[in-house]
Amino acid sequence: MHDTPRDTLFINARLLDPASGLDAPGSLLVSRGVIADHGGALGNPEAAETVDCGGAVLAPGLVDMRAALGEPGAEYRETIESAALAAAAGGITTLCALPDTQPALDDAALLQFILRRGEATGSLSILPYGAATKGCAGQEISEYGLLREAGAIAFSDGRHAIGSARTMRIALSYARAFGSFVVQHPEEPSLARGGVATEGELATRLGLAGIPPAAEAIMVARDIALARITGGHVHFAHVSTGAALDLIRAAKAEGLRVTCDTAPPYFDLNETAIGDFRTYAKLSPPLRREADRLAVVAALADGTIDAIASDHQPADADDKRLPFAQASAGGTGLATLLGITLSRVHGGDLTLLQALALLTCRPAALLGLPVGRLERGAPADLLLLDPERAWKVEAGKLPGKAQNSPFDGRALEGRVLGTWKAGRRVFG
Amino acid sequence: MLPFPHRHLLALQGLEPPYIADLLDLAESYALLNRSGKTQRDLLKGQTLINLFFEDSTRTRTSFELAGKRLGADVINMSVSQSSVNKGETLLDTASTLNAMHCDLLVVRHAQSGAPALLSQKVDAAVINAGDGTHEHPTQALLDALTIRRRKGRLENLTVAICGDVLHSRVARSNIHLLSAMNCRVRVVGPPTLIPAEAARMGVEVFHDMKAGLRDADVVMMLRLQKERMAGGLVPSAREFFRFYGLDAAKLAHARPDAIVMHPGPMNRGVEIDSAIADDPARSVIGEQVEMGVAVRMAVLDILSRNMRRNARL
Repeated sequence: MHDTPRDTLFINARLLDPASGLDAPGSLLVSRGVIADHGGALGNPEAAETVDCGGAVLAPGLVDMRAALGEPGAEYRETIESAALAAAAGGITTLCALPDTQPALDDAALLQFILRRGEATGSLSILPYGAATKGCAGQEISEYGLLREAGAIAFSDGRHAIGSARTMRIALSYARAFGSFVVQHPEEPSLARGGVATEGELATRLGLAGIPPAAEAIMVARDIALARITGGHVHFAHVSTGAALDLIRAAKAEGLRVTCDTAPPYFDLNETAIGDFRTYAKLSPPLRREADRLAVVAALADGTIDAIASDHQPADADDKRLPFAQASAGGTGLATLLGITLSRVHGGDLTLLQALALLTCRPAALLGLPVGRLERGAPADLLLLDPERAWKVEAGKLPGKAQNSPFDGRALEGRVLGTWKAGRRVFG
Repeated sequence: MLPFPHRHLLALQGLEPPYIADLLDLAESYALLNRSGKTQRDLLKGQTLINLFFEDSTRTRTSFELAGKRLGADVINMSVSQSSVNKGETLLDTASTLNAMHCDLLVVRHAQSGAPALLSQKVDAAVINAGDGTHEHPTQALLDALTIRRRKGRLENLTVAICGDVLHSRVARSNIHLLSAMNCRVRVVGPPTLIPAEAARMGVEVFHDMKAGLRDADVVMMLRLQKERMAGGLVPSAREFFRFYGLDAAKLAHARPDAIVMHPGPMNRGVEIDSAIADDPARSVIGEQVEMGVAVRMAVLDILSRNMRRNARL
């Protein structure tokens, strides 16, 4: 689709590879779209273009394992093309797209359509989830075998919880046959129904219908029990409470096939962000109490959480300019994924290698992808980062179409200077 | 020949190999007799065989009917509609009715596992389980074994892959018991949603990949996938099932070149088996299974009625 780029030699870089623990000054040579070599000093092949990194961090491009795209069905919120722009600016080179679109990605032909649209961007690998159930309606499982052959990265109902225990059991069991796993939105739907904020003092004062935090732990406990009886692999998305994380930690210690991710809002913000009915901070699951935020940070540090995903949910201004309960839930997250994560490094909770591992090699390993590491022969998906450079999140000025950032106004340290996809510069 | 140790034939679980071998030897002789066109109408002369079917069946009922008639029994078919038998009392009421009729041999098919066993406690007749729920179908496994033995010359040390909806299959369970007892290596192959819990505890190897499960198999035994399984959500669609678990030439190529293909019938062509395989005389022994069915049922009726006569003399 795109011309093979020229060979590129990155010099003066701080090479950072979380998979191997490498953190050293050096050079990296990209040839024919793959990493040809890296090390302290590399000779300069004649034809290569040289990029002087000026001491900035050269790391693998980010792997975002959870993002909703507007296509198909909600192009007014975002197109794949605009999402790709935002992703490139955020250093994301691989993105897993949720299947609860209109129509849902429950058919091989639809999945192939998304894959082709992703390829056409030239800057971003878009790997769609297959719908866990037909129409993401939570009743009957979809054709995992045929969807997997068509390229489904795993199975999920996206923003919908698989509420029926029987359906979840069948899904976990059936996915095993195809070496795949099921991603759950961990929220017991009958407890969450009608709720728009975390149940507690703040929601009470604001007069908003609450969702008890236990709605998450109940679903997590149930699905861990189902993973135990099926031998299947369950992955919990955007985990946001300490109680759920304690259950996941114990399940991992037991040796069950249980993994999870969280998203930046859940370790950077707490429920007070919705004060004054700020709909940009209306998320699903809702922002939690400070104690839960701290529990998420601790679970990032101790390895319980396997990945940080953007949980990108594009919305139009009109989707958000509504009374709080009527506004749509979700925030845009592609451009801020790295910056918010780095705030935990600056805050002393994570090392830079730990933080990058949660954004690169750990999700890649979970998804069985050959990306997310600086390794000879791996695709040259790279980002150049100045971890100290300051910038400010401003809704309205973010790359891409969707501007509904819950981090509007947030000052950040750490900026992407450039992004390369298969050796081709796509940002900066 | 050893005297058969049971009054009824309710299950193959626990039946010792010498009795299985005796039954198969006797059935083999009936197969030869049937092919010669001769009958043995004096054997069950004056005895009453009732086919009591609480579940629809054509081939099994016909096979028992033919077996009984070839041995000279008076055969009565009783079909009891599903709607009228949902209560346990009705089953026991039926037992007392049958006792009043002085039935000698009672062939029972029922949608509930264990129903023939319950009947056997209440009736005077020898009860033959012709399929109960998802429990057992002993005569089907015996006819499968006879077919395999005739084709392969032995039962011992064969690799048999039982494929498809094992969860709901009484045929699979009876075959697992019989083939394991006869020292076959038994595999079950199917999506995890159609393999019963703790299946490996029954002494089988479990596979979820058809190619791996069929590798070097001597016998490929396909099971019927009932449409209601799809409605129940255990399998997403017939097209997906056929693609990954339907027996076609590509998958069968992983079995031994001389592997035989079996199916208890009735087949769902294009769901669990490709017509090209089902109708291939070099591989498919489905027709021979039906033929052996009559012979096996003659042997079972013979052995159980011998038992009754022996017990009556004692």
